Amino acid sequence: MVRIVKEATLMIRDALLIAKKDVRVEISSRVIFGQVLPFSLLILILFGLAISSDLIVTGDAKRTVLEQVSPGLFWLAIVFSSLFAVNRSFKIESDNGNLDALRMAGIDPAAIFLGKALAISLLIFILDLFVGALAVVIFNASIIDFSILGVTVFAATISISMSGTLYAGITAGSRSKDTLMPLLLLPTMAPMLLIATRSTEAALFSEDQTGWGWPMLLSVLAFLYTGIGMLSFGALMEES
Amino acid sequence: MAQASEDNLNSTDAIINLQDAIALIDNYPALSGMNFRLEQGETVHIKGPNGAGKTTLLSLMAGLLPLHSGQGQVLDNDLSDLGDRRRIRRLTGLLSHESSLYDELTVFGNLKFWCSANKVEHEIIDPIMDRLGLSGRLRNLKVSSLSAGQRRRTSLAVIVCRRPRLWLLDEPYSGLDEAGQNLVDAFVQTAVTFGASVVFASHDSDRAKKLASRTVEMQGGRLKTQKLDSGSHKTRDYIPIESGEPLPDGTHSKGGNAND
Amino acid sequence: MNDLRTIVSVADESEEIFINTDNDDSERSGPTSTRSKSTTVFGFLAIATFVPLVFFGLLVAEPHSEQQESVKLMFIHLPSVLVTYVSFFCTLVCSILYLTKKSKFWDLLAGASAEIGVLFCGILLLSGSLWGKPTWGVYWQWDPRLTSTAVMFVMYLGYLAVRRMDIAAEAKSRRAAVLGIVSFLNVLIVHYSIDWWRGLHQGRTFESSEIKIEGWYLFSLMFGMLFFSFVAIWMVIHKFRILWLEYQLERMDLELAINERRSEVNDLDSSIDADEEELLFGGGS
Repeated sequence: MVRIVKEATLMIRDALLIAKKDVRVEISSRVIFGQVLPFSLLILILFGLAISSDLIVTGDAKRTVLEQVSPGLFWLAIVFSSLFAVNRSFKIESDNGNLDALRMAGIDPAAIFLGKALAISLLIFILDLFVGALAVVIFNASIIDFSILGVTVFAATISISMSGTLYAGITAGSRSKDTLMPLLLLPTMAPMLLIATRSTEAALFSEDQTGWGWPMLLSVLAFLYTGIGMLSFGALMEES
Repeated sequence: MAQASEDNLNSTDAIINLQDAIALIDNYPALSGMNFRLEQGETVHIKGPNGAGKTTLLSLMAGLLPLHSGQGQVLDNDLSDLGDRRRIRRLTGLLSHESSLYDELTVFGNLKFWCSANKVEHEIIDPIMDRLGLSGRLRNLKVSSLSAGQRRRTSLAVIVCRRPRLWLLDEPYSGLDEAGQNLVDAFVQTAVTFGASVVFASHDSDRAKKLASRTVEMQGGRLKTQKLDSGSHKTRDYIPIESGEPLPDGTHSKGGNAND
Repeated sequence: MNDLRTIVSVADESEEIFINTDNDDSERSGPTSTRSKSTTVFGFLAIATFVPLVFFGLLVAEPHSEQQESVKLMFIHLPSVLVTYVSFFCTLVCSILYLTKKSKFWDLLAGASAEIGVLFCGILLLSGSLWGKPTWGVYWQWDPRLTSTAVMFVMYLGYLAVRRMDIAAEAKSRRAAVLGIVSFLNVLIVHYSIDWWRGLHQGRTFESSEIKIEGWYLFSLMFGMLFFSFVAIWMVIHKFRILWLEYQLERMDLELAINERRSEVNDLDSSIDADEEELLFGGGS
């Protein structure tokens, strides 16, 4: 029992070591903030151009169509940006054979998974903040429930990064991983996209009050993917 | 440096023992039946043409690759068992073609990370960086700004910090200037006096001959076979550096390596 | 024909692989065609159930009042649903077994099952779409069940793509197994979310419950289920054998590659002859 706790502590420490390292690399290279962030802001603006802002939603809500679909657009922008974030996270390892070096160091694959996923989570979370701020401005949104929104964004971000890291691990080392990884990740993110959008609508639109059901479900997903990733990364990293 | 344990010096168990080892890289038999034995304290030079399988051999001995068939033990661990392979990795230091560094971190940042990852105390980083000429201006320089030789020295520093019992070096001299190459020799020799064993692959035959206690030649994924006059094939597993000694099949080597 | 499991386990252990073209049933020979006793049996069963299906379903059962003949698409659609989910569940089970038992048999069966699952998922979507047109006037509905099925379809296309990745065979099988498990978990997650959503929104859904399945329809549907099941099993057996033969071929190729590798000579001729000089460097000066 003591041994399990010891191993778990070691694993968490290694995971944090890797997460901090990834963040340090990002701070130094500024790929996420210099390239991916502008890209996600741009996607949001392109969505705005593609959907005419003249169209009005019928019914009680006095809102343009653009405003009505803005939660979905926000999450689409985040989902597409996450592909870059996940790709980048593994590129810094594969460029110089670092995954082998991490194996040589004897680091638990679960720690590698957790560490990288946590770093990706942090980066996507910051993307959420910036893109969200822009969305509030250009889509004229008014947030009526900050707590639901907060939990939604947090849980959705974790789900996205955990599943992204998992699929990056599945396709690592393959020459076709750049197209294969999104093919695997996007269908998985479909339910997350759905739930996050509904949940965000609940936080913005007074007629869509569905309570804590969606955020709770999203949190369950986040836990699930964390667990699945940690359990399977060992099998994925074995002898590629 | 690594402690020389009493049992290692007295033990008759080889550090490495490979028999008919076949290892695959992406379904290709990079090693096609390799036989190899390394005794404690030896420094063995692996030579051979490009594509002979030297890199794969080193990766296998580091515990990174599974054995497709054959037998292999490294440091009393079985290469066909995953748990054993994980133990082997912690005890070996592999200097590979790739730098195994983070381009965006500094030299010091890389060493700090890798020491933490390998559970090595940070106090030794500064002396080792000093000795390898990585202090001063280079210390806080991003690895991406380094020259190839400086990068190599940084990768070497990571290995040195780990103080492995088994050193596996893939083209350790490549990219290094004369001083750097001398430094590699010095480190290898010192490590051996402290109980390590070394296998290195190199195209630099002259330098390797001085450093190594023996040479092994590879071709086609295994030891180079020698066609004898009788027409039969015989595989020799070592070619003595000192010429003049009769070889097991009765012929004499020309010293260094025999290419009839 | 020998029990396939025995053949595979024997082949796993033996050093040499024989593919005996004389078709004699020695222990070490493998199947050279993918036909066997079991496929013949299931083939017959399939044909046996097809006849009553057509007879009762198409001829005897009367057209539905609103949907007319098109409601009989249910005889394709509903059994396809059954086959799809059973196939993907089979892939899940085989993936778990592969990871625990490491026998190639499970890996190949998982792949065969998934491929048939994807096929019937496509049929499911197509038949659902064709059924939708006369019923609601549209080919596609953003019905949660239909959408989640489409997502599942793409998910398992991804699984099949991972099975064809360009990495080492053993690692690829392991990763595909992990994906086989994760994909089915995803399917469960999606379904749970859908049910939750249905609870919150009483939206329009695929109202198959509007159609009372009774009488001749129920009778024919049973035959439909059986027929599709037998066809699916028949296909999985054939596909498995194809995969198994491919695997044996890979092993043979590896043996050949090992032999070729052992006799490899990489020496480069490091001097350039006069005629080569002309070819490589010659020309105007």
